[in-house]
Amino acid sequence: MSVPAIGETRRTRQPLRVPIVILIAALIITGVAICAVLGERIAPDSPFLQRLAVGDTPPSSVHIAGTDLFGRDVLSRVIYGARTALVGPVVVAAGAFAIATLLGLVSGYLGGLVDSAIMRWVDFMFALPVPLVAIVVVGVVGGGYWTAVLVLVVLFTAPDTRIVRSAVLEQRPLPYIDAARTLGISKTRILFVHILPNIAPIILAYVVLDFAFALVNLAGLSFLGLGIEPGTPDWGRMLFENRNILFSNPVALLLPAGMIILTAVSMNLIGDWLFERFAK
Amino acid sequence: MHGATPSTGSTAISGRSGDGPSLVIFVTRRVAITIPLLLLISFGVFALVHIAPGDPVRSLLGARASDPATLAAIRARYHLEDPFLVQYGYWLWQVIRGDLGVSIQGNRAVTSIIADRLGVTIFLSLMSTTLVLGLGILLGAVAAFRRGTRLDRAIVMFGVFGISSPAFVTGIFLLYLFGVLLHWFPIFGPGRGFLDRAWHLTLPAFALAISVMAIVVKITRAAMIEELDRDYVTFARARGLSSRRILFAYVLRNSLIPVVTAAGLVVVGIVAGAIYVEVTFSLPGLGALTVDAIQKRDIPTIQGTTLLFSAFVLLVNLAVDVIYTVIDPRIRFGRVES
Repeated sequence: MSVPAIGETRRTRQPLRVPIVILIAALIITGVAICAVLGERIAPDSPFLQRLAVGDTPPSSVHIAGTDLFGRDVLSRVIYGARTALVGPVVVAAGAFAIATLLGLVSGYLGGLVDSAIMRWVDFMFALPVPLVAIVVVGVVGGGYWTAVLVLVVLFTAPDTRIVRSAVLEQRPLPYIDAARTLGISKTRILFVHILPNIAPIILAYVVLDFAFALVNLAGLSFLGLGIEPGTPDWGRMLFENRNILFSNPVALLLPAGMIILTAVSMNLIGDWLFERFAK
Repeated sequence: MHGATPSTGSTAISGRSGDGPSLVIFVTRRVAITIPLLLLISFGVFALVHIAPGDPVRSLLGARASDPATLAAIRARYHLEDPFLVQYGYWLWQVIRGDLGVSIQGNRAVTSIIADRLGVTIFLSLMSTTLVLGLGILLGAVAAFRRGTRLDRAIVMFGVFGISSPAFVTGIFLLYLFGVLLHWFPIFGPGRGFLDRAWHLTLPAFALAISVMAIVVKITRAAMIEELDRDYVTFARARGLSSRRILFAYVLRNSLIPVVTAAGLVVVGIVAGAIYVEVTFSLPGLGALTVDAIQKRDIPTIQGTTLLFSAFVLLVNLAVDVIYTVIDPRIRFGRVES
């Protein structure tokens, strides 16, 4: 924004007040992101180094969060696990919304046969129990982490398309659209230059909410032993691999489980806040 | 479809003359949509045999000895020599007659394996649904009634927590806290007899309920807040009706209509959550059966449970839509977009 002109009151742009909860949530996400980027520097130990003679031990001064069945350092595995916890959900949320934005814009603005076709597809996808489909398809097709990510992108696209479409429908009757049409601006330009910026806040809020949902779903697949490759440090996968050592080293389960909740809660809080603040 | 006009618009006009015909039309249309959906899903489930990597015969053979007679029997049973769509036709006909094929583990009929496992899943789901509806509506109503207080904020926060934490994560925490540390509940097995089973399934039911409950709390709270601001509530207060009567006789009743719409989400949440919870607590239910079948690449069993789960979700959604139309006449007039 430029310097306010003389006579312009301060009311035009109120300072953005961020609630303390949202700040904490943002801090947590930043922490997770730092772990994902600087994993090698932060982790006290290699997450892959096996000490079969040591086995699963409770927290000690050497291994703050103890070790797992193969004697691997749990804390290091949790720190490295931030990578798959962030990358996959980011791709799912961004990918699903990229496709959904295109479909929703076209469907909402053009209407007609295209709209009907896209909406029938959305209705069909809505009839499916998403987590079950993800489990069965990833389980039967096989393939690793990226298969799971791809399946989730496809499954997430339908509800996201509906969100974008209804946002477009809200914009359509507004005068600026009529004005743009009267000026003879092309449909593509109206869609991407005029409508898209107006619905961008809604999309952004839902991208953040989608991230949380994708994180939970990907972790769920890893927990069932699907998707992620064995041995990869991943929070969901850790719950799968360590489920039998709840008595000897509970931290090996509780720490990754806590990280899943903490990250998802933070993202949901930020998403809800963005939605309340910018999209209403 | 014309943009914002809801698709039920066409039945709206006929609905004004009388409730009878339009309700019939609505239900018939709704059923007519469900049948192609069921067919599409069954086609997807059927296609799993061919989606699975490798030769379908191998997938269907599993660990059994691959002598020519067995291979020929499998080819004949699944009509693998026929075109794809013909195979689907044969398969669908068998499914309709109640034959879901034979599991590759131990040569048992998939239907009889499912029958063995169904009890635990039904018990768990019913228990969770009771919790979700009972506690969820109660918490949502309390939050709305005490709007802006600490209690309200605590309940809203609990809702965010519930939506964010999947059933298996909640399950692990409950298992550790109440099973391992406090020894209040058993940590393994489904139990025998009604009370013992309820005892064994308490933690799983809560783990499953918490994540789904959040949706119900959120919707009930929003609907109640909207309802509490309406003129009739002010009027009832002005007339001196007790707040308990206003709350239970009018506000809660009207607020439950949006909750009914969420029933579809609740059912999907319970069904999908049951899979995770059964694995977390090692319960011998349908969900655990599905995951076990996936790990052993037992395609016929996967097909059976997947078909059952998805058909169930679809039929419940159909039932909910019909119930919704009956309790809220506005739907028939096309004033509320479902």
